[in-house]
Amino acid sequence: MMAEVLLRPKDKIGIMLEAEVIRADNFAQKRAEEIEKLHVWQGPAKLLLGDFFDVDVRGSGPAEETTVLIEGDVTRVKRIGQGMKAGRIEIFGSAGMHLGAEMAGGSIVVHGDAGAWGGMEMKGGVLQILGDAGDHIGSAYRGSWRGMSGGQITIGGNARSQLGGGLVGGRIVVEGSVQNFCGIRQGGGAILVKGSARRGAGAEMTGGALAVLGTIEQFLPSFVEAGTEENPKLGDLQIEGRFAKFTGDYAVSKNPKGLLYLREA
Amino acid sequence: MVSKNIVCPVCGASCDDIQVELEGGRITTRNACKMGNAKFQEIVSAHRIREPLLREHGSLRPAGWDEAVKRSAEILVHAKRPLIFMGSETSCEAMEVGLHLGEFLGAVVDSNSTVCHGPTAMGIQEAGRVGATAGQSKSRADLTIYWGSNPLESMPRHMSRYAVYPRGYWTRRGRFDRKVITVDPRRSVTAENSDLHIQPKPNTDYELFSALLTLLHGKRPHPSVEKITGVSIAQLEEMMRMMLDCKFGAIYVGLGIASSYGKHRNAEAAFNLVKELNGQTKFIIGALRGHCNVAGFNQVASYLYGYPFGLDFSRGYPRYNPGEYTAVDLLREKDVDAALIVSADPVSHFPAACAEYMAEIPVACIDISPCPTTMISDVVLPGVIDAMECDGTFYRLDDVPVYFQPFTSSPFGFTKSNEDTMRQIFQRVKSLR
Ligand code: SF4
Repeated sequence: MMAEVLLRPKDKIGIMLEAEVIRADNFAQKRAEEIEKLHVWQGPAKLLLGDFFDVDVRGSGPAEETTVLIEGDVTRVKRIGQGMKAGRIEIFGSAGMHLGAEMAGGSIVVHGDAGAWGGMEMKGGVLQILGDAGDHIGSAYRGSWRGMSGGQITIGGNARSQLGGGLVGGRIVVEGSVQNFCGIRQGGGAILVKGSARRGAGAEMTGGALAVLGTIEQFLPSFVEAGTEENPKLGDLQIEGRFAKFTGDYAVSKNPKGLLYLREA
Repeated sequence: MVSKNIVCPVCGASCDDIQVELEGGRITTRNACKMGNAKFQEIVSAHRIREPLLREHGSLRPAGWDEAVKRSAEILVHAKRPLIFMGSETSCEAMEVGLHLGEFLGAVVDSNSTVCHGPTAMGIQEAGRVGATAGQSKSRADLTIYWGSNPLESMPRHMSRYAVYPRGYWTRRGRFDRKVITVDPRRSVTAENSDLHIQPKPNTDYELFSALLTLLHGKRPHPSVEKITGVSIAQLEEMMRMMLDCKFGAIYVGLGIASSYGKHRNAEAAFNLVKELNGQTKFIIGALRGHCNVAGFNQVASYLYGYPFGLDFSRGYPRYNPGEYTAVDLLREKDVDAALIVSADPVSHFPAACAEYMAEIPVACIDISPCPTTMISDVVLPGVIDAMECDGTFYRLDDVPVYFQPFTSSPFGFTKSNEDTMRQIFQRVKSLR
C-alpha cells in the first residue's frame, strides 16, 4: 500500500516554525486529523501543524511507502525531516534550516533551495537539493567534531561555507561551487565539488578525500604535494581526469591522512 | 572631593586607578586615557537623557516612569518572539536579570559580542584556550604579539599597564625585556612601535596561522602562501624563531581576526597555534575586548546557561547556534518581532537591513544619551552610568571580575541602576503574565 500526505502552507509564515514532526515515518498510518494535531513551535508557543498547513492524506501504508509532498514555500519552516528513518519527502519550493538533519534513512528532495544545517550529522539516506544550499550542509553540530557519517547529499546549485564540516562517512556532491572551509575537519567520507572553492578547502582535514574540479582561490599552505593521479577514487566514488594530489592538513597533525585533489586536465 | 581607584567603564582594560573630581557640574579625571576621559564627561553632559520618553503619534514625548516601565513590559509580553539585547556598557548584575527575563519569556538574549568577539568565543569552543591573567603577562611575558589589533588606538593603556612597558617581577626592565610583534595589514601606530611587523593582505589570517602551524609540524608551507598572504616564508620563519626563543609569549587578538573573513575559523587557528607552541615554550592568548563589560556577558551567560552569547530560550531551555539565534541573523530574517535594548546602539552598529527592521518593530531601550537606537525606540528609559553612579561587576579583558564602586549616585529618584530598571521591568512582565 502506498500513502501520500499532502501539505500546503495556508498563509505566509511570520516567525519561523520548528516542525521536526514533518517526517514521512511519523506521518505513516496517521489520518489527516491526527497529523493536523501534531505540535510545531513558533518562538515559545506550541501550536498545531494544522494551524499552518492544509493536510490531505491519500491511502495508507508503512513508513517506507509513505511520501510527504509539500507544495509551496517552506523557507520559514525549520527541521523538516529531522531524524527521519524511512519514507520520502518531496518539497516543491524552498526549505528552511536543518532540513533532514540527523536523518538516518529514506529520502528528501527539494525542488528549490535549502537553508543552513541541512543533513547535519546525517547517518544514512539521501538528501537531494536541486537549487542552492546554505552553510554547514552535512556538518557537525556546533561543538562536535563528527559530522555526517553516512548517506548521500547532492546539491544541484552552489553551497555556502563549512560544507561537510567534520565529515566522517558518506558522500557529498556539489554541482556548483562552494564558499569557504569546505570539508573543514574532514576525517573520512568523500566530497566532490564540480565548480570552484573560494578559500580553506580541506582545512584541518585528517582523513577522507575532497576533490575540486574548478579552482581554489586561496589555497591552504598546509597541504603538501603528493604527485598526480589519473581517475582517482574518492572512497567508492570514481572521478575522471588528471588530478594534482595533496596530503594534509599539516596545520593540525604531523601525519594527516586527508587527500585533496585538484583537477589539472 | 577627589575619588580614587575608580574603574573606567569604557574599554575591556577596566583600568581601576582613575582619580575623579566632580564639582559644580564639572568633572576632571587623572590616569584615564582620552577615550576614558570622554566617557567620564558624559555624567555632566547636556545630552544626557533625564526623563523617560514614549512614542505617541510618531514622535517621542516625555512620560512618567511607571507608564514607561509598563509599556516596556507590554512590548515584551505581547511579542511572539522578543529579543533582549544586553549591551556591554552595563554591569553583570543587569545582564543577569536580562538573561532570567529572557528565560521567563522564552525570548532570545544576545549581547554585543555577537558583532564583536563572538567568533573568538566560538574559536575557544572549537580548540580550547591557554590563557593567563593580565598580571601574569605583565610579570612574565618577554614576547607580546598583537594580531589583528591596534591597542594604541583601541585600548590605549593596554601596552603601558599590562603588556609591554610595565616592569614586572621577571621583566624588570619593562619594554627592554620584551619583544613585540604586530600582525596587521596596516602600518598602525602599534606596528610602528613593534620589533617586527608582519603585514599580510587583508583576510589571509587563516592561511598565515596555517603556514606557521605547518612550520611547527616540520613541513615547509606551500609556496603559494607568499602570493596569497603577501608574507614571505622567510618572514614567517623569522617570526617562528622569535616565538620559539621566548620564555613566555602572549598573543592578543583583535577584531582583525574575529571580524575579518574566516571569523571563528581564524580564532580557532590562533588557539591551535598557541596550543601547539606550548609543546615548545610557554604561550598564552587573549582577546582585546573592545567594550568595558563585553566579556561579562560571555561569563555570566556561560555560568548561568552554558553558552556565551546568542541564547534562545524558546523551547524552555537554553539553545545556542550562532547564525540562527544571534541578533543580526534574527533581525535580518525578521525572526523576532520586538526588542528590549540595554546600553547599546545596534541601530548604528548592525547592518542596514537589521536597523530598518528594528525601526518597524516595537522597541524599548535603556540608554544614557540620544543615539539612532533611541530615535527608533517606542520607549526610552534613562540609563544610569555604571562605575560612576552605581556599583556592580565588570569582567576585564582577561576574564577577571572587577567590582566597581561609584563616586556619585543615580541622578534619578525612580531607579538606582540599570539592574534596578531591569528588575522593575521583570516585575511588570510577571504581573502581566
Ligand atoms: S584604557 Fe580603556 S579602561 Fe583604561 S582608561 Fe582608557 S578607556 Fe578606560
